[in-house]
Formats: sequence, structure tokens, C-alpha cells
Amino acid sequence: MAEIVLEDVWKEYGDTIILERINLTLPDNEFLVIVGPSGAGKSTLLRMLISQEIPTRGRILIDGRPIAPEPMQDRGVVFQRYSVFPHMTVLKNVMAGPQWLASPVFGALFGAARRALQDRAVALLERVGLGHALDKYPAQLSGGMQQRLAIAQALIMEPKVLLLDEPFGALDPGTRKLMHVLVQELWEENAMTIVMVTHDLPEAFFLGTRVVAVDRMRHDPQAPERYGATITRDFSVRPKIVRDSRKQEAMRAAGTLVTFPGTGSSARTDREASLMAAQ
Amino acid sequence: MRRIINYHPSRGGAIVAGTIPIALMLAAYFAASAERLAANPRDKLMPGLSQMWDAAVLMGAKVDLATGQILLWSDTVVSFGRLLASMSVATTIGLVLGVLVGFIPHLRAAFSPILAILSLIPPLAILPILFIVFGLGEVSKVVLIVIGIAPFLVRDVALQVTQIPREQIVKAQTLGASTWHMIVHVVVPQVMPRLLDSLRLSLGAGWLFLISAEAIASDSGLGYRLFLVRRYMAMDIILTYVAWITLLAFITDYGLKRLGAYYYPWANQNQT
Repeated sequence: MAEIVLEDVWKEYGDTIILERINLTLPDNEFLVIVGPSGAGKSTLLRMLISQEIPTRGRILIDGRPIAPEPMQDRGVVFQRYSVFPHMTVLKNVMAGPQWLASPVFGALFGAARRALQDRAVALLERVGLGHALDKYPAQLSGGMQQRLAIAQALIMEPKVLLLDEPFGALDPGTRKLMHVLVQELWEENAMTIVMVTHDLPEAFFLGTRVVAVDRMRHDPQAPERYGATITRDFSVRPKIVRDSRKQEAMRAAGTLVTFPGTGSSARTDREASLMAAQ
Repeated sequence: MRRIINYHPSRGGAIVAGTIPIALMLAAYFAASAERLAANPRDKLMPGLSQMWDAAVLMGAKVDLATGQILLWSDTVVSFGRLLASMSVATTIGLVLGVLVGFIPHLRAAFSPILAILSLIPPLAILPILFIVFGLGEVSKVVLIVIGIAPFLVRDVALQVTQIPREQIVKAQTLGASTWHMIVHVVVPQVMPRLLDSLRLSLGAGWLFLISAEAIASDSGLGYRLFLVRRYMAMDIILTYVAWITLLAFITDYGLKRLGAYYYPWANQNQT
């Protein structure tokens, strides 16, 4: 469970108001995409969710409790760049988090615990398509592979919320499409809550179950810093009730009540229908 | 006609071009030396190859009667020991202080100004103080080199720490890392290759301070010998020693370079 609530959140730097009156309730297992023009403050919003920045006013709650004032393992993150450790191999990058969490002094696990973690890490890396690159350094990987690694590194912590800051912004269009599919699948498999920032609208409506736009509502030409951006649009692209009923139908059609594969053709048509509806 | 910056030498051409100035320099020296020696076979100012070879044999292969030691080797051991000791101390200070000051905001606020001031003090200017405080023995020489190099290393490491992308540090925290974990597993490993490079750059300064200290107050070491034989205008010995010190400096530099490449193979691959 991870319900995120933003209560009247403001962010100001000195006299400059970046964000104002942000109110948002995000139920569990949603894929929220934040869109908006450059400089509108959508990344600032995401950084506040990580606690990389602290709201000037208001508060952010996850499951009813205020989030810690510093980044913690309950909120995983993938940035556009630089979110993997260049001095660690692919496998070590993924194994780092659980070892830090488990061992305060050495930051390392040994023996059976280490082997168990390594098996988990290898399985996860195979899932994201990096099973062949375990001993490579990030600099030897392509941009898309580095982002896969960053995602695997975050996922091994099993965070309540995964935050993505323009994660595909530096990738070429082909790689981007593959990453979209991967992220969608991982989201469905792990039943996570994801918050993503992008300025690519088709991407937003392809991936998101809910899309919010952040922009300035008011503008004072004499004092542009006096008004901040806020949530100006809020689309429910694929509401949970629709997703649930589609799951039920798919299960009934398959004649089984085991797990839902998640990437069936019904999910795809649903996505395309919502895209058209949005346009 | 292209711009001159767009003409590139071939591989062989580059080697030839690189050899020419060296060959010219040596040729000019030995021509002048031969001319002086022809006029006066006892000329000491520009010794020829045979005189330098004799000097090398005298210093590097013959036992000195007064001390009972082969001077070149005993000088080298003493000087290298001093250099090694002080470089180790300076590196340790540079790494520990640099990481702490660069990584922990309160320490940065407290120590950046004093480090900036300390690194501007010309170390040789406080050599008298060191002699007064630590005496004329080994300690003052080691301290001089440490004072000369450590502030540079500390500031360089601290700068390097602040240049680790913020994203990485945030990511580490979302992976459950404590400050200690981040220092040991994220910051130090990434700073080490750069520290080795800075060490290579500061070796020149290290030799400078070493030879100065030995020249001023010492009874052993390469610098001591250089300034001792100066009294006899023994250019043959001086030139031999200079060549030897250059060789030592080259070997240390190369060794550090290989060490970095071996232990930090990721450091020279540019991140895309």
C-alpha cells in the first residue's frame, strides 16, 4: 500500500514562488505522470517527493504519515542521468542497497546471505535484460542499459513508491519505446505506485493511469516571480475501476483465476483508446 | 591551404618530431662540451660523456672511503625514504580531510577558509620555523613536504567530492546508505583515481621541497650531495645526479599511473 497525499504544498526560493497550492491524492498502484513546460517546477515537485528538497509550506504524506525530511529507502528514484555508480559493476550496483541496509558498519553481506542477495540481483537483472552484462561497468553500457540498471537498482529495495525524473529523456526513440514497455510491465508485476516527470505528452498518456499538468495559472508581468505553478489539469487516463474490470474480463476469458499477464492485447487497446480519448 | 591546427603528424612523424628537439639539445651540449674540452682538457663546466660516466661509476659503484658506503645508493635510500614518508602522510591527510570537508556541509563551512589561507603560505618561507620547532633532523624535512603538498591535496579532493553528481548521492540515500556507507563506498572509491593523479602532479613539488630542505640543513640525501659537490664545481657529479633524480621521478610517476589504471579500471572510461 502506498497512498500519496500532497496537502497545500508550496515551494519558494527566497521571494520566488516556484510551486503553489499543490493538492493531490494519489491512491495505491497508480502510475502518475507529471507534465508541464520546462521550468514550471515539475522536477521540483518530484524532488520534494524524494525529500531532496523540502516544501516551504504544506506537507507530503505517504499512507497517512509525513515523509522523512531526507531521502529514504521507501521511495526509490531513477534520474535522467548519473543515477548509477560508475565505479561499481552492474551486479555490484544492484547489490549495494540491500547490503547497506543490512550492515551498518561494513555495508557488506557475507556467506549465505550474500549468495541469496546475489541470486535475487541476478534474477532482477535478467528481468530487465542485463543478465549478460553483470561484470560490466556503467560506462561500458548504452544509455538505455544504464537506465535499466538504475531501475533494477531501485527495484531491489522494493520501494513503496518509484519516482522517475525524465528517465527516458536522453534515450533515442527506439530505446525509449522498449523502455516504456519494460516500465509498464514492471509496474504491473510489482503493483507499485510510480510517479514520473516528463515533457513528452504521448509518453505521458501511453504510460500513465493519471496525468497531471503543472503550469502557471496567473502571471504578473511586473513581478513574474510572485506566482508559482500549480496543477492545472488532472486526467484520469485509465481509472482503477476500469483496469480492474478489464483484469476480471481477461481472467474470465482465459478461464482461469491465476495471475493476470499484464501485457495482453486488451491492455494495449485500452491504452490506445485512452490516448485517442485524451486527444 | 588548411588552417595549421588541422594538419596532424602521422604516427611515425610524431615520433621523429618528438626526437628532434631532444637530439638537438644533446648535440648542442656535447658539441659545446667537446669544444671546451679541446681548448682545456681539465674544464669542469661542461663535462663530456666519459667524464660523466666516470662520475657515475665513482658515485654509484665505488665505496666511499669516508662513510664506507656507496654514495649514490645511500643518498637515494635516505631521500626516497623522506619523500615516501611525507607523501604517505600528505596523501592520508588529503584523503581524510578532503573527503570530510568536501562531503559534510558543516565541516566545509568550518574548514574551507582556513584551508584556502594555509594553501597560500609559501612552505619554504616557514622552513625556518620548522627548523626551530622540529630541529634539523628528519621531522622538519618531512613536515616541510607535508605542509607543501597536503593543503593542495585536501582542496583538490574536497573539490572532487563536491563534483560527484548530486543524483548519485540522492540515489545512495534512497538505497538505504548512511553517511558512513556513502563515504566508504561511493565517495572514496570515486575520489581515489583523481587523488593518484594529483599525487603525480605534486611529486614535482615534493622533490622541490625535499632538495631544498636537504640543501639547507642535512648531512645525507641527494639534495645534500648536489649542494656539497657544488663547492668543487663537480658538474659531472651534479649532472649525473640530476639525470638520476629525473629517472626516479619518471619511474614514480609511471608507477602511480599504472597503479591507478590497475585498481580503478572504470576511471578512464568516459560515461556517456
